[in-house]
Amino acid sequence: MNLSSLYVTESSALNRTKGSLLIAKSIPGIKLGEIVDVCLASGEVKRGQAIDISKEATVVQVFGGVSEVDLMRSRIRCRGEALRLAVSESILGRVFNGMGEPIDGGPQVIPEDYLDVNGEAINPAGRQPPAEFIETGISAIDGLNALVRGQKLPIFSGSGLPHNQIAAQIIRQASVKGKQSQFAVVFAAIGVSYDDAAFFMKNMEQTGARERTIAFINTASDPVIERISTPRLALTAGEYLAWRKGMHVLVILTDMTNYCEALRELSAMREEIPSRRGYPGYMYTDLATMYERAGRILGKDGSVTILPILTMPDDDITHPIPDLTGYITEGQIVLSRELERKGAYPPIDVFLSLSRMMKEGIGADKTREDHNNVFMQLYAAYAEGCNLREISTIIGAEALGERDKIYLEIADRFEREFISQGVNERRTVEETLDIGWNLFSALPEEDLKLINQKLIKKYLPKYREKV
Amino acid sequence: MGKIWRVSGPVIIGEDMKGSQVYEIVEIGSKGLVGEIIGLDEDKAIIQAHEDTQSLEVGETVRGTGAILTAELGPGIVGAIYDGLQKSLTVLMEKGSFIERGAKVFSLPRDKKWSFTPTVKVGDVVNQGDIIGTVPETSLIVHKIMVPVGVKGVVKEIAKGEYTIEEPVARISDNGKVSEVIMLQKWPVRKPRPYKQRLAPSQMLITGTRIMDYMFPLALGGKAAIPGGFGTGKTVALQQLARWSQTQLNIYVGCGERGNEMADVLYSFRRLKDPATGSSLQDKEIFIANTSNMPVVAREASIFVGITIAEYFRDMGYDVLLVCDSTSRWAEAMREIGGRLEEIPGEEGFPAYLGSRLAAFYERAGLVECAGNPQRQGSVTVVGAVSPPGADFSEPVTQNTLRIIDVFYALDVTLANKRHFPAINWLTSYSLYVEDVKDWWAKVSSEWDATRATALRLLQKEAELEEIVRLVGPEALPETDKLVMVVTRMMREDFLMQSAYNEIDTYCTPQKGQLMMGTIVKFYELAQRMLDAGATVADVRSSPIVAKISRMKDIANDDIVPRIKGLWSEMEMNLVVQKGEVR
Repeated sequence: MNLSSLYVTESSALNRTKGSLLIAKSIPGIKLGEIVDVCLASGEVKRGQAIDISKEATVVQVFGGVSEVDLMRSRIRCRGEALRLAVSESILGRVFNGMGEPIDGGPQVIPEDYLDVNGEAINPAGRQPPAEFIETGISAIDGLNALVRGQKLPIFSGSGLPHNQIAAQIIRQASVKGKQSQFAVVFAAIGVSYDDAAFFMKNMEQTGARERTIAFINTASDPVIERISTPRLALTAGEYLAWRKGMHVLVILTDMTNYCEALRELSAMREEIPSRRGYPGYMYTDLATMYERAGRILGKDGSVTILPILTMPDDDITHPIPDLTGYITEGQIVLSRELERKGAYPPIDVFLSLSRMMKEGIGADKTREDHNNVFMQLYAAYAEGCNLREISTIIGAEALGERDKIYLEIADRFEREFISQGVNERRTVEETLDIGWNLFSALPEEDLKLINQKLIKKYLPKYREKV
Repeated sequence: MGKIWRVSGPVIIGEDMKGSQVYEIVEIGSKGLVGEIIGLDEDKAIIQAHEDTQSLEVGETVRGTGAILTAELGPGIVGAIYDGLQKSLTVLMEKGSFIERGAKVFSLPRDKKWSFTPTVKVGDVVNQGDIIGTVPETSLIVHKIMVPVGVKGVVKEIAKGEYTIEEPVARISDNGKVSEVIMLQKWPVRKPRPYKQRLAPSQMLITGTRIMDYMFPLALGGKAAIPGGFGTGKTVALQQLARWSQTQLNIYVGCGERGNEMADVLYSFRRLKDPATGSSLQDKEIFIANTSNMPVVAREASIFVGITIAEYFRDMGYDVLLVCDSTSRWAEAMREIGGRLEEIPGEEGFPAYLGSRLAAFYERAGLVECAGNPQRQGSVTVVGAVSPPGADFSEPVTQNTLRIIDVFYALDVTLANKRHFPAINWLTSYSLYVEDVKDWWAKVSSEWDATRATALRLLQKEAELEEIVRLVGPEALPETDKLVMVVTRMMREDFLMQSAYNEIDTYCTPQKGQLMMGTIVKFYELAQRMLDAGATVADVRSSPIVAKISRMKDIANDDIVPRIKGLWSEMEMNLVVQKGEVR
């Protein structure tokens, strides 16, 4: 925060409180969205934001709630600026809270600049379509739902599912083939438990990723209002590194469900007309203004890739939070409780997961020439196997024909061999595709309709051994 | 000149605003943010800001412009990329990669000279809408310069040669009152442009997508909606329409959608070629990109700017397609403004006027006889995507849209999860233009009507059979029903499924579509005969013809007639010979 700026106005004409809102008489010179200090009689200073200003009244949302605010002796001090983040290259390796203040015991950041946390919209004509494959080392992602630089790809999870482990594994393993480039991770913990936040921090320390990571931590016990600013601070830091320093930045936001809950809480306090399930009607736009900060820009080196994590309430993908997210993001990685119960890690649901940017990121020069064909054939074979699995639960596996039994077996093997892997196992994309080819060996060759004949001759194990 | 009295999100209340009019454009604050007056209350004006209002202060200036929101129309518009307020995003790029608030740029280049060829001569009497000259704008579009609305009289002077859009190209005298005509015209976006009369749709709009053209045809001047949950392929379907539709000009409005997707559209349209002419697709496209992180209020503007440009080209006598992705985002913008104004909401918080606003937009589609001479017809076809929350079509935006539109392409989550694309459900989708385009189709093939009906009947039958299969397994079906399942699977996989990414399959002519479906139905008839002669479905399925039918998609549009002819004779040989083998 910019602490040196001069306070322009003070007002002690406070009228009333409503939830976390403080309503004061009109304050001359206050700007919409401005961050103000609410000075309590005890000398404590809270932060607040002007959310509605007029000649009659100023409405301030007080961060951390209005407890101990009294209307007689408290005052509002205006500093004349929106919430900004002090940035410089020294923010790498630091830990901040949801207001952008260091909480790692280190010194204040000596700023190179102050950036508005809301950012600016990238000109659509100035965007470069994302196309660089990121190898995460996880087969179910690399093989079937490839992630590319500049994409926003959320993990839709449920409580108790290993989304944190998967995110940590991606942070540890993510790399771009054959490229030496500056890579940074910005991590935002939004309303998560202390343990979850500690898990990520420890994980980064262990892998030596600490000095290329920035963390913004808002735990469950921190003020709710700061859940709104935490992801924005993280994205602002990410954009700074990407667009000014040319770095490739991966922004992890967890748990966006807590963010949306906070948004609903604040909206209710403002007495706004609710949309579905009490969430505000502008939640789509609000989420979009954050997720749309992902991308690549023509003529600039860096990139911002966003990996939000959210837990679907009651595993319901049609709940407004995953639903609106899915409309904004470029696909989704959905975790399955059923696979988790079968002991598969990572339990990624292949049917519900999707990466919209995949086709741009894979192929001969990017991953391997057979990637798309292998993907299609694996998907089709697994779908057929799962379909038969369903039928066999009714009519019994014995009633199935020989060919059908092969597919039933393939579906099981696919889950065991392709999807499942170790928490520390890093598979190259070639290894991932070769597992696919091993599975194809069990299928009648004429069933490999979705694969180009030339590729079959080149990659199918029985031909490969002869070469 | 007024002052800001209150700011709350995108809504601003200005005071000292006497003399303003509703829908007048105002410039707010030192940056001159664009806003639009949506209500007046004595000396106060309620303003919706088309740009982000962060950091505005009470007491900053509000300057009325006296003008309402207009679109700039004239040469230089084709191939342009605009934001929701018709600011040129390519020109804005010169100011940086991010969009600066309050930045002012012209929609059309002012200094570029265009070659004007007159089509009238001195002494001719002209009226509004008459074409007085032409300008070759791109390789595909000849821009026709029309007499502006409200101008008529005798041509006193007419130019020929190179002019900018602000230089006069004609002088028209009406009883001594002389009007100068320039190529630049402005039109208020909320007001439909005039025409002579509306005509009933009768021509097909060829989209190149089989399930649309063949099963649920869209007519020129029609209106269609594509609702679907996320991941069902709305955007790809709209992109396919904007790419391959055999209309003369396509307008792509990205309203509150993804930036990367828009970048992909812009990038791919530069490289793709129009199948009919071989020219770059960019020469017949106009893009309006108001992505989801751009100001909410401008979503409404983006839709009206789009339809106004569409009408302008319709008036020249062109067939124009406007696709909008997504109308739900516009509805959400209305909801946000309505909420800020503390209006009493209708369903799910949407304003009560949601239906009438949607209708006002869709009703601007149509086939018309254009105003003015020479006599000509033009059309605007509108296709809007709808993004229903939770893919639940009972929500207000989908339902209000269904009341207005004539073609409904229902995208299905289950199909999408099976990777059946385009995921348009053939059981719930419909088109009200089937009768209107019958004559058109009759010229392609006399069989269309009957074949299409057979296909729909079999697909309906399949849905019923699937219920049974779920209970008793596929083996328990009688042979005739098993055959239906084999044939409908062909229809689904070898006809309805169409890859947007396969170079050949991405665009399918109506003729190819007819031959493909005709082949499948022919196969069904022959196979039925085989069953009658005692063969089993397993015999039918093992025929090499099955694999050949599955490869029909890969046949180029130009080769289709001889290749399908070959397939038919092979089919008759093969399926009959087999029949002979059966005792």
